[in-house]
Amino acid sequence: MKERVMRWVFALTACASIAAVILICVFLFANGVPAMAEIGFFNFVGGQRWKPSSGLYGIWPMIVGSLYVTAGALIVGVPAGIFTAMYLARFCNKRLYRFLKPAINLLAGIPSVVYGFFGLVVLVPLVREWLGGTGMSTLTASVLLGIMILPTIIGVAESAIRAVPEAYYEGALALGATHERSVFFVVLRAARSGVLAGVVLGIGRAIGETMAVIMVAGNQPYIPSSILDGVRTMTTNIVLEMGYATDLHREALIATAVVLFVFILLINALFAVIKRRMK
Amino acid sequence: MAKQHAKRRDPVSFMLRLLVRASACIATGALVALVGYVLIQGLRYMKPSLFAWTYTSDNVSLVPALINTVVMTVLALIISVPFAIGTAIYLVEYAKRGSKLVSMIRLTTETLSGIPSIVYGLFGMLFFVTALGWRLSLLAGAFTLAIMILPLIMRSTEEALLAVPDLYREGSFGLGAGRLRTVFKVVLPSAMPGVLAGVILAIGRIVGETAALLYTAGTATRLPDSIMKSGRTLSVHMYVLSNEGLHIGEAYATAAVLLIIVFAMNTLSAMVAKKIARGSNG
Amino acid sequence: MDKFRVEGLDLYYGGFQALKNINLTIREHEITAMIGPSGCGKSTLLKTLNRMNDLVEGCRVEGNVTLDGEDIYALDVNLLRKRVGMVFQKPNPFPMSIYDNVAFGPRTHGVKRKIQLDECVEKALRRAAIWDEVKDRLKKNALGLSGGQQQRLCIARALAVEPEVLLMDEPTSALDPISTARIEELAMELKSQYTIAIVTHNMQQALRISDRTAFFLLGELVEMDDTQTLFSVPKDSRTEDYITGRFG
Repeated sequence: MKERVMRWVFALTACASIAAVILICVFLFANGVPAMAEIGFFNFVGGQRWKPSSGLYGIWPMIVGSLYVTAGALIVGVPAGIFTAMYLARFCNKRLYRFLKPAINLLAGIPSVVYGFFGLVVLVPLVREWLGGTGMSTLTASVLLGIMILPTIIGVAESAIRAVPEAYYEGALALGATHERSVFFVVLRAARSGVLAGVVLGIGRAIGETMAVIMVAGNQPYIPSSILDGVRTMTTNIVLEMGYATDLHREALIATAVVLFVFILLINALFAVIKRRMK
Repeated sequence: MAKQHAKRRDPVSFMLRLLVRASACIATGALVALVGYVLIQGLRYMKPSLFAWTYTSDNVSLVPALINTVVMTVLALIISVPFAIGTAIYLVEYAKRGSKLVSMIRLTTETLSGIPSIVYGLFGMLFFVTALGWRLSLLAGAFTLAIMILPLIMRSTEEALLAVPDLYREGSFGLGAGRLRTVFKVVLPSAMPGVLAGVILAIGRIVGETAALLYTAGTATRLPDSIMKSGRTLSVHMYVLSNEGLHIGEAYATAAVLLIIVFAMNTLSAMVAKKIARGSNG
Repeated sequence: MDKFRVEGLDLYYGGFQALKNINLTIREHEITAMIGPSGCGKSTLLKTLNRMNDLVEGCRVEGNVTLDGEDIYALDVNLLRKRVGMVFQKPNPFPMSIYDNVAFGPRTHGVKRKIQLDECVEKALRRAAIWDEVKDRLKKNALGLSGGQQQRLCIARALAVEPEVLLMDEPTSALDPISTARIEELAMELKSQYTIAIVTHNMQQALRISDRTAFFLLGELVEMDDTQTLFSVPKDSRTEDYITGRFG
């Protein structure tokens, strides 16, 4: 009797995550979709101007902004991440590894606000002095996000590289390839879907990051014309204006979250597909 | 010796080696720069008045925020841990492999772990704050965070349960114990370090979280007298301080405190996890 | 003519001595077989010849190994491995196309032009007697081939770097009898152009294809002779015990 009851209790707790996802979807969509309908889907998603005071709710600049900083973060973070993973898995000795691995993990644990603060007091002045402008720019946000996604990419890529059978490496060596060539042109290639999964996870982190971006990106709701221009992303748009927004403006912000959510779901689906293909 | 030959003759290998080393230096360099800078500046600005009991607009004490953080952490864990452990137990000990429910649970937990914190924050605002009428409150924040950390604790618990050898279970069943008794008296206790490691990691997440709390727990500066009142955690405090730009020194110090707490949590979690690894080997 | 000459070779894994005072020669354009029970050191010796043992932590080598009179430890290791190719026990084609597998070696050693690469690939695949089976699907993933085809692809891959010696470490132990027969046939064809050393568990295989055979036991070279002589009139009683199946 008790056994059967507890079985149901466990099953019920297991449904918590399902319930949470359903609730999140329902509440976001129920509050966001009507606003999209009122503004007009294409006026909303494709609209060039975001000016709530004049009733203009176009989030195209923010979508582009999110894509820009994410792309920038990838340019900064992906090569450094993959090469570092390579270093950890195949180049560094055990003693160094025992120091480096926890260090990279620490990088993952640093709160976004601290990243943002560091960007604000170090990166922003650096960019301002070296390259001009206000320093609050697409470039600054990209560099900061690039650093933030490093541990994600490194972690996933390293385990993918370590999972490659040693026979590939030995096979390449036996053909007279150097350690470096064997590792890059055979081992890394064999690990590519795992590495790709890490990159996709990094995209998810970068596109969803809010607090670090808000502190260094300048947040102007226009499509930046140079990497030294400020930029506003979907995430920062929500945080910046939710505090005082009402009515349609508020709903438009929630609708922004809906668009962001759809992006995230697509990225998750992509991740799942890659992971399945690995098996 | 041979490697040096290769270095000279094969420029590709030389370049690759250089790139790999440089990248590792960049990654660790970024960490050292960030942590070093924040800690050094933070310690410079650290002063006793920062730890005064009350917050005033002149003396932006971090103590109320610190207490809120502790309260928030405890609340979120109380809400999340039973569900996380229950789910993990269901998945490992009860569910049939490949059942529809199991794949639904996997799909949704994976989805949950990919959702950005600002989306959690908005959902918390819409559901707990508005729909349930809790207003900006520690409780609304705690529930929001509880959902956010659910997949984290669940996964580490599941891994810990899977690592418990079937011998234990068979031994317990062999003595006539039921499944429930086996789970609670044998399996869960030996998986406890894994659960703990997940919980500590979750604490790190909670302490560092900002976006999910801005519009659920709010930014009130006073120490709330009930969990139904608004209150800012340390990270939110940190964000507001650096946003206002009036108390940059205090922001440094607060950032340092935040870093130290998060690092302590990560180190603790790693130590606990290592203990399990050693325990299961021995 | 001696291709490899091994003199007074001792090899240690940490504190364990895996090879004890080995002296032997491997002659050009012959197939040399190495037999003996598991753990006797035959694979270890093979892996010493192209210095794959360098990868093993705590592995220490004493004594002399020369290739065409040159100390292999004075040679650049990558050049040594280019000259001394290897085929492994389990077929290990890289997870890329058949073409890229074979082209990997030439590319590594500086062949860049497409026409030249195509030529190398075709030549290697023809020599490994697999060209007709794969010529229409060179761009397909090599992991889609059967086990026997994979092993011949690995042989082609090794041949594509134009080695002088081919080391084969139980190349047929993971294969079915038909594939095994094809590999053996191939080895015999190849010996006119290459020097081959093969480690095998299968004494019939050694007898079928090799010119000379070395018998190892517990890290020692017990006896080495013409294959026919060794199998018909072994000098050492331990060899006789082994080949007549009395132990191992």
